[in-house]
Amino acid sequence: MERKIRVLIAKPGLDGHDRGAKVVARALRDAGMEVIYTGLHQTADMVVETAIQEDVDVIGLSLLSGAHMTLFVDVTKLLKQRGMQDVLVVGGGIIPEQDAPKLKKAGVSGIFGPGTHCDEIVNFIKKNVKR
Amino acid sequence: MFDEKELEKIKQHKDKWLKDIYSNHVKKHPERKKKFENLSWNEIKNIYTPDDIAHLDYIKDIGFPGEYPFLRGIHPTKYRGRLWTFRQFSGFGSAEETNKRYKYLLDHGETGLSVAFDYPTLYGYDTDHKMSRGEFGKCGVAISSLEDMEILFSGIPIDKVTTSMTINGPAAIVWAFYIANAENRKIDRRIIGGTIQNDILKEYIAQKSFIFPPEPSMRLIVDTFEFGYKEVPKWNTISISGYHIREAGSTAVQELAFTVGDGVEYVKWAMKRGLKIDDFAPRLSFFFNAHNDFFEEIAKYRAARRIWAKELKRLGAKKSRSLLMRFHTQTAGCSLTAQQPEINISRVTIQALAAVLGGTQSLHTNSMDEALALPSEKAVRIALRTQQIIAHESGVTDTVDPLGGSYYIEWLTDKMEEETYQYWDKVDKLGGVLPAIEKGFYQREIANAAYKYQKEIEEKKQIVVGVNDYQMDEPVEIPILQMDEKGEERQINRLKKLRKERNNQKVEKNLSALRKAAMGDENLMPYILDCVHSYATLGETCQVLRDVFGEYKEPAIY
Repeated sequence: MERKIRVLIAKPGLDGHDRGAKVVARALRDAGMEVIYTGLHQTADMVVETAIQEDVDVIGLSLLSGAHMTLFVDVTKLLKQRGMQDVLVVGGGIIPEQDAPKLKKAGVSGIFGPGTHCDEIVNFIKKNVKR
Repeated sequence: MFDEKELEKIKQHKDKWLKDIYSNHVKKHPERKKKFENLSWNEIKNIYTPDDIAHLDYIKDIGFPGEYPFLRGIHPTKYRGRLWTFRQFSGFGSAEETNKRYKYLLDHGETGLSVAFDYPTLYGYDTDHKMSRGEFGKCGVAISSLEDMEILFSGIPIDKVTTSMTINGPAAIVWAFYIANAENRKIDRRIIGGTIQNDILKEYIAQKSFIFPPEPSMRLIVDTFEFGYKEVPKWNTISISGYHIREAGSTAVQELAFTVGDGVEYVKWAMKRGLKIDDFAPRLSFFFNAHNDFFEEIAKYRAARRIWAKELKRLGAKKSRSLLMRFHTQTAGCSLTAQQPEINISRVTIQALAAVLGGTQSLHTNSMDEALALPSEKAVRIALRTQQIIAHESGVTDTVDPLGGSYYIEWLTDKMEEETYQYWDKVDKLGGVLPAIEKGFYQREIANAAYKYQKEIEEKKQIVVGVNDYQMDEPVEIPILQMDEKGEERQINRLKKLRKERNNQKVEKNLSALRKAAMGDENLMPYILDCVHSYATLGETCQVLRDVFGEYKEPAIY
């Protein structure tokens, strides 16, 4: 049997807006992926540690507080340090358009803002998953 | 409510109309949908008539404004007397920047202030704490000490203007900053007015900026109730909030049921402590969302007033003032679109109108750019102007509860009340509000509703203009608020200087007195006030309570 895509949905930092993270987690599960949800208040270390423990293929970061330029990049930097560039990183939340290219450069391959259909995220992951 | 013979006549006529006119018409011109539902997935009929509300007793169930059960409003004159407070939730960056924004808003006709704090402040961390990384001033203003609070309100007449503060976990400490700042300015704490949100139950349920476990959190809240009515009598010591429950994805019915249920829970805890209901109940206030479904929102506010009055009476309140549900409303942030952001002005107008027709005491209208970033000056000014247009141009303020007596509105109000009690029965069966939180009941109900709603958008069962219909492919041309990049550095330097220059012996003494008191069962407010007066920081004061009370960790379910 084909191995299911394993996804970690993570909430870095202090942001408590978890509606989007939970909706996306369910949608990915319903699309046949294995989903692990970290819960709130994760540091970059905690996210990467969980990603290793759970052997995930994808990390989905969700942040609506505006701290994405710091906290998303903390995670991608740490992944690089650990040699885990084969983990696909995507992000969602309130992310101004001008920040998206910078995040992509830092290793967040897909950025999904308000109004995104869950299908779009599912398809993106299926197409871009590296392992 | 109607003469029986008359009612029978109407019923017969209605049956005939349904058969002869309506059905024939629908055969030729079918309705757009098989089933019409509101945002709580309640089926809505084609028409409402007297027999839908015949079971109601006008005097007993609907009545007059300013009279039990206050369905039609808590004041006899409503907006004919005084308009609601125009209160825009606002805060970003440093205290200096936000102070400027407050002055700008007051200059443009805002009549009350409302503070948005950044995440570190909401969690009781100073700006230089490691968990504060990346969050300085992002979601609100950073306030780490009394000194920051002094800057935030410098030049603002806090003896005249009232201030609402969205702060929960560390509410007692931040409130103490406000009181101490007034006192340092020689303003008597007995005359300052405002609100602290201080509603921890909905933090566990939805907003998630909790710090301590439920029991010590509830103790702190009852401490503020008691200190409030004795020492700061014009202050609303809580704003029991449905707003965040709704933003997290609940239906209107869930928002109503969970919020008013939380209110009853606070009353019970305060009474258990031995406080007299008529002493503290008049200072309890509420906060609701104004979402898209116009009539459902109006019915929600009306039902909330009636349920609250009934329940407070049941709990033994004697004073009429204790029975009054006073509430603030904010339009629904989650309904705003990042696509074609200008059209959010129309959404906000409809939502704000529902809040006004529902009789809100205070209102925040969202800015069109809030699905993109914090609001720019122009966007927030347009939002404020929207309230002013409703207040002064629309004419809806000329009479009290203009929709009262509408067959549809009264039917829906009653229905939402009925469903609220059904939810309360479910919560009772789980052992009450705290056990229901611990079992994840509310969280699951909300997550289910949020997911169902999202799926309906993707299936186009719900149309969101600009998102799944009427889309345009054009760049967003909204100027985004840029913050002062030096703000964080300035704040950290100020904190360092403060920690060096204050009387640290006094700080230590006050913090250990607080620690000792927290281990006992005294009211903590006087101890907290001593700490902040000596310029102990938010983080230091909160850490003492973290040490004694511990921290709450929620189960990660989705």
